[in-house]
Amino acid sequence: MKNNIVLTGVGGQGVITAANILGKAALKAGLNVYVSEVHGMAQRGGSVNCTVRIGDVYGPLVANGTADAIVSTEPIEALRYINYSNNKTKIITDINPVIPFTVSVGSDKYPSLDKVFSELRKNGELYKIDANKIATDVGNIITKNTVLLGALAASDALLFKSDLLLSTILENVPSKFKEINRKAFQEGFKAIKK
Amino acid sequence: MEIIENKPGKNILLLGNEAITRGAIEAGVSVATTYPGTPSSEIADTFSKIAKYKIKKNKDPGFYFEYSTNEKVALEIAAAAAITGLRSLTCMKHVGLNVASDTFMTYLYIGCRGGHVIVSADDPSCHSSQNEQDNRYFAIFGGAPMFEPTTPQEAKEMTRMAFEISEELNSPVLLRTTTRLNHVRGPIKFNKIEKSKEKGKFEKNPMWVPMPEIARARHPKLIEMLEKAEKISETYPYNEIINIGKQSEWGIITSGVSYNYVREISEELNLNVKILKLGMTHPIPKKICKKFIRSCKNIIIVEELEPILENQIKQIIYDIGENVKIFGKTTGHFSRLYEYNLDIVEDVFLKIFKINKEIKKPNKSKLELPKRPPALCPGCPHRATYYAAKKAQPKGVIYPTDIGCYTLGKAKPLEMADLLLCMGSNAGTACGLAVATDEKIISFMGDSTFFHSGIPPLIDAVHHNHNVVITILDNRTTAMTGHQPHPGNDFDGMGRPAKKILVEKVVKGCGVENIEIINPNNIEKSSEAYKRALNYSGTSVVISKSPCIILENRYKRKRNESIRVYQIDQEKCKKCKTCIGKFGCPAIYFEEDESIHIDMNQCNGCGNCATVCPFNAIFNKEN
Ligand SMILES: Cc1ncc(C[n+]2csc(CCOP(=O)(O)OP(=O)(O)O)c2C)c(N)n1
Ligand code: SF4
Ligand code: SF4
Repeated sequence: MKNNIVLTGVGGQGVITAANILGKAALKAGLNVYVSEVHGMAQRGGSVNCTVRIGDVYGPLVANGTADAIVSTEPIEALRYINYSNNKTKIITDINPVIPFTVSVGSDKYPSLDKVFSELRKNGELYKIDANKIATDVGNIITKNTVLLGALAASDALLFKSDLLLSTILENVPSKFKEINRKAFQEGFKAIKK
Repeated sequence: MEIIENKPGKNILLLGNEAITRGAIEAGVSVATTYPGTPSSEIADTFSKIAKYKIKKNKDPGFYFEYSTNEKVALEIAAAAAITGLRSLTCMKHVGLNVASDTFMTYLYIGCRGGHVIVSADDPSCHSSQNEQDNRYFAIFGGAPMFEPTTPQEAKEMTRMAFEISEELNSPVLLRTTTRLNHVRGPIKFNKIEKSKEKGKFEKNPMWVPMPEIARARHPKLIEMLEKAEKISETYPYNEIINIGKQSEWGIITSGVSYNYVREISEELNLNVKILKLGMTHPIPKKICKKFIRSCKNIIIVEELEPILENQIKQIIYDIGENVKIFGKTTGHFSRLYEYNLDIVEDVFLKIFKINKEIKKPNKSKLELPKRPPALCPGCPHRATYYAAKKAQPKGVIYPTDIGCYTLGKAKPLEMADLLLCMGSNAGTACGLAVATDEKIISFMGDSTFFHSGIPPLIDAVHHNHNVVITILDNRTTAMTGHQPHPGNDFDGMGRPAKKILVEKVVKGCGVENIEIINPNNIEKSSEAYKRALNYSGTSVVISKSPCIILENRYKRKRNESIRVYQIDQEKCKKCKTCIGKFGCPAIYFEEDESIHIDMNQCNGCGNCATVCPFNAIFNKEN
């Protein structure tokens, strides 16, 4: 049994934290796990990509076309790593663009969101979610990554139970943020499993 | 703190780098030194965190830790400690070993008494480096026993065991890692934490002074040590053979993270192969290799970067006169470039084993996506310095640069980086450009870089009166690698008070006569200072003093001070785009209707866009 999860987004959106929590939850489930993160140059607002491999795996990186899920905190960042997807990949993405400065200075263009989503739909099972709004509604934008983890749990892509993921999240956030993280997870879950 | 719990058998998830620190602590390390550098930094940062945590609790950390001025100093401090019998560790990124190499090469001649593990973190694919040199050559070059872990668990175990082997051999050893190990989290099983020695003892002995006569006597000792090391390699538990499928005459020899790809793909393709996985790769266990070679007709060698195992295996094949077919880099099957992954290894294996498996081309989007490279943060003081320098003389200037956050000033719209070799190179290359051309030269280096290797070229500039403007970007931290302290801070890596060294005093001490100290957030005055510096005939130094805004805002948040973000008055804005197109703060963006806005969540409140706006359209939200 294997689980290949790819988490992507923009530096500062909590992608690495989410990947670590997923890793810790897998370990708690008694499974082998490798979480690969990007550091250094990726911190200054660059594109971030983490992979989490769970179960009978050796290589720390996900192979092309083998992701069970791609979870993205930004729409084009999901598409940037579409090489990991196959037709069955659950693609869970937030819908709020973060405009790269290459677009602001006029060197590059940000494609229309409709086109981005239609490309994503071609390459997997797409789940769009306004994680910014849900996170803000439950009390703090910083819970955005928790919203997306809730959505991931609801997508049935994981080898272990969603309760385990939630309890791992709660163990890893400061006590004053526990309640809003619980809500964020539940709302993210509901957004997928209506 | 979970990472220092003395609970043998406990399982936790650790980063490869944290696992190395844990391994050293289990081995009772007494001294740890570093100069930070990705992908090695978290090894040292973990020592730093542990020391701070313990000192805060009024407990002895059990080790001494420092962020040294550079890698050479780091290695020398730990080497001396190891010579007195203390277990020591020094970690650095691969290019750091170039800086420390003078020490490294002769240190191997004289050796040590306490175990000394030198960690080199290599970076295949140059994820955050200026080259992808393969430091396994250093082990061979200098004659250091070398270990290459494949997983975080092995990294911890190999580090722990490396101290014992180092002591047995009286020689420092190299733990060679790569980004894909340093930055992977995996399950770790704790061992017992040994108590560290508090003090060492220096025993005087002529052998510690390798004057020619002694050096000549030490070189054969180094060769003897390597012979002994080879015997250890023959029984090293992480030099192992793994059989996949049925017995066959196909063998694979591999080391480091490549093993993971080999193992997974061999199982996936149902191959019948035996894998010789080498954990101690210098000296390689010749006996094991010979036996393995004799049991094979075909051998595939899988290693990232240089064909180091491959060349050694070929040499052994020649020595024993076997007729074995080799598949590797020299046969064109594997590349000498970049890091490997499952796809690359599978692709080559399919060819070698002539397996007909339909490989689907990876999904690709037809949409062209905008690039999202890292950028100077919103509010970064480096941006203001660059803007001011460029304003002083917009054309006809060459900008030699250096390594740090400020290298990101190479991007549009600033484009303030023209030449770079390595840390400290800005000032040396500035002098060279001044000798070779008649152009104006303004170079840039960070404060950590200045202390690391920027001082000798500055002295050269002054002594020869080179006509250059050298900038020191004094943001009071080593920002790029994770905000580690440096000699310009009044605290050290263990969080204790430390003597702060002022950049301007050092510059003055080097004999620089024209020194301009600027606050880059005053762009007008800073630009005037650059004009004066450019007009000065001889060496000028501009010291740009403003703290890294990320750190500064972190402190502000801790003190519950608010960060005052800026806004654009849509009535006053004439869409001249100076703030985006010339200054280039990434918090500023266009809406579809071409109106310009500031993203509140990104603005760090430096206020510099308000200064550069010719129409006074940008204002502080609270005013
Ligand atoms: C020899 C060597 N050691 C370490 C590094 C890693 N490294 C990259 S930038 C940097 C220093 C950055 O500090 P500073 O010069 O103060 O600039 P800042 O990032 O703070 O702007 C370091 C240590 C390197 N590239 N080369
Ligand atoms: S971390 Fe600090 S020095 Fe580096 S780009 Fe950001 S503000 Fe500038
Ligand atoms: S004040 Fe202006 S220049 Fe400074 S961070 Fe905010 S938007 Fe960027």
